[in-house]
Order: sequence, then C-alpha cells, then structure tokens
Amino acid sequence: MIMAKPKPIEEIINEIKDFNKVLIAGCDGCVTVCEAGGSKEVQVLASALRLFFTKESKRIEIDETSLTRQCDKDYLRELLDKIDNYDAVVSLACGAGVQFMAEMYRNKPIFPGVDTCFIGVTEERGVWTERCQACGQCILARTGGICPIARCSKRMLNGPCGGSEKGKCEVSPETDCGWHLIYERLKELGQLDYFSKPADPKDWVSSRDGGPRKIVREDVRL
Amino acid sequence: MRLRYPSNLKIIRVPCSGRVAIIHLLKALEEGADGVMVAGCLEGDCHYQAGNLRARKRVNYVREILEKIGMEVDRVAMYNVSAGDGPKFADIAREMTEKVKELGPSPIKDAKKLASKKSKVEVAA
Repeated sequence: MIMAKPKPIEEIINEIKDFNKVLIAGCDGCVTVCEAGGSKEVQVLASALRLFFTKESKRIEIDETSLTRQCDKDYLRELLDKIDNYDAVVSLACGAGVQFMAEMYRNKPIFPGVDTCFIGVTEERGVWTERCQACGQCILARTGGICPIARCSKRMLNGPCGGSEKGKCEVSPETDCGWHLIYERLKELGQLDYFSKPADPKDWVSSRDGGPRKIVREDVRL
Repeated sequence: MRLRYPSNLKIIRVPCSGRVAIIHLLKALEEGADGVMVAGCLEGDCHYQAGNLRARKRVNYVREILEKIGMEVDRVAMYNVSAGDGPKFADIAREMTEKVKELGPSPIKDAKKLASKKSKVEVAA
C-alpha cells in the first residue's frame, strides 16, 4: 500500500490561515491503514486546527469528511454538492488523491495534509517499511521475492556491492543489505544458481525515466 | 472514606484508560475544559494488559499537538492510580486542579465567549 505520514500541523496552519471555511477530507484507502489520513486522523487534525484558530481568535470554520478513495472519480464526486461551501480543502489522501481532487475541483485550492512516502507494508502497528518502487518491470521472480530495486540502497541488479557487511548496508547499520537477503532466500529455496546468470541491464523507461506513466487496458475499458 | 477532591472536576467513566482516544482529549479542550487528566491503573496492573500504557502514549501525543499549536501542554496529563487507592485519587485530582489553576482559564473558553459576544453584537447591529 501507499504509505504516508502526517504533515507537521504548522505547515497546514500556514497554508489555510487566510481562508474562512476549510474542509478536511480524509481517504479511507491506504492512508487509513498507515494511520495518516483516515477519518480518525481527519477528526484529530480538524480538532487541533479548531483549537488553534479559536485560541488565535480567528474565525475559520473547519469541517470534516472522509471519502472511500480519493483516487477514484466516483468517490470524489461525493463532494460535488458541498465543495462550493468551502474556500479550500486539505486532503489527507496520498499525492495521487490530492492531485485527482484538484483536477476535479479546479477552482478550489487543495492542500496536502500528509507527506506521501512509499509503497510498503505494515511490519507491525506503527512500523511501515518500503517494498516496491513501482519500476514497472517486476524482477522478483529472479530474486527470491525480494526486490533489489527497493531494498538495495544502490538499486543494483547484480549485488551485493562491497559495502555489504554482516548482512547490513553501508548506508546505515539499521538497513538490511537487500542482496544479502536475496542470497539467503535463494539459498533456502535452492535457487542459488540464479547468481551465476547475471541480470541484463534494466530498461528504466518503464520506470520514471520514461516520464509520467500510463496504463491503458482495452480489455477492461468501458 | 469521605475524601474531598475539587468539585470542579467532571468525571467521565471509561472501562479502561485504553478506551480514551486522542480525539476525546482534544474534544474536551475544544468544548472549553481548562484541563483534562487521564487516570489509568498503575503501570503493569492493566486488566487488558496495555490499556494504560496506550493511554499514556495518546496523552503524550496530545501534549505534542498542544505544544505545536501554542497551548500549554500541562492542560493534559496522565496519572496512574490504583482503583483501590481513593486517597491517591483525591491527591492527584487536587494536584491537577492546582496545576490548571496556575495556568489560568483555557484560552479556548475565553475566545469562544468573545466570539459569541461578537456575533451577538453583529446580530444586534
């Protein structure tokens, strides 16, 4: 899932301080799972903002809502009737949600309420880690189900590098060496022979190097 | 025991301090409470294992929020007191009340009063 973390409240205050009516819009998708932008976080942020502006004797009305997903027009349309009641929206969705809302409601300033971080997993409650960089050409079949693009700090295709020490990366002693993990896993699977076939250079056009990406599937289009 | 504790304390009973969410504490302040204290069981004594530890984390989180928005962090506090220790409850109730008294009335209450006065004047005008 897409992982995000709450933006510092000072930053949000600074963006909305000159408006009179602001809507805080959460997203019940990924950002709810990482406890950054769901309906609970909307309540907390809205309440904290109300406290701040009341204390400052500024009369800003702050309302709350949360949509099933903000990366889907059908759900964004739920705001059609009420969006004109507001001067601005703080969206707690990931960067994609914020942008899609801004595309649909062109005359409204839409501010991000979270910092979108990565595609990752919930290791335990409160701990999320990166697993995928959406490079557009999955090579997990050859690497024991561990991604060298996301897990190796250098994104090496044929690792490990000389900076791997006792299973840790030279970038930080807390970071596992992705290629060490791959080696151990391939050993467990009896697939160490994959190491004898070096990987070909990767075509990064399917990643960000090819510009903003698009998937069109005629089989599912209406 | 006929213990005395400040009468301006409103007690909200919850099954476990772990039931207290961040939004409950913020709402209390929004409604104009001068301070909010969470009285959980002694650490290590939670019937649900970690309710009081979670409550403390949430209280700390709210205190962080208060600091960021420029409010006195001591308006929200966590205490641990055994359910069987009435005198300690009376003590912490007094302590919290004193602390909040020192801080003075909540700025929210004042601002709200001012706002309602203003709007009345606006209506009258």
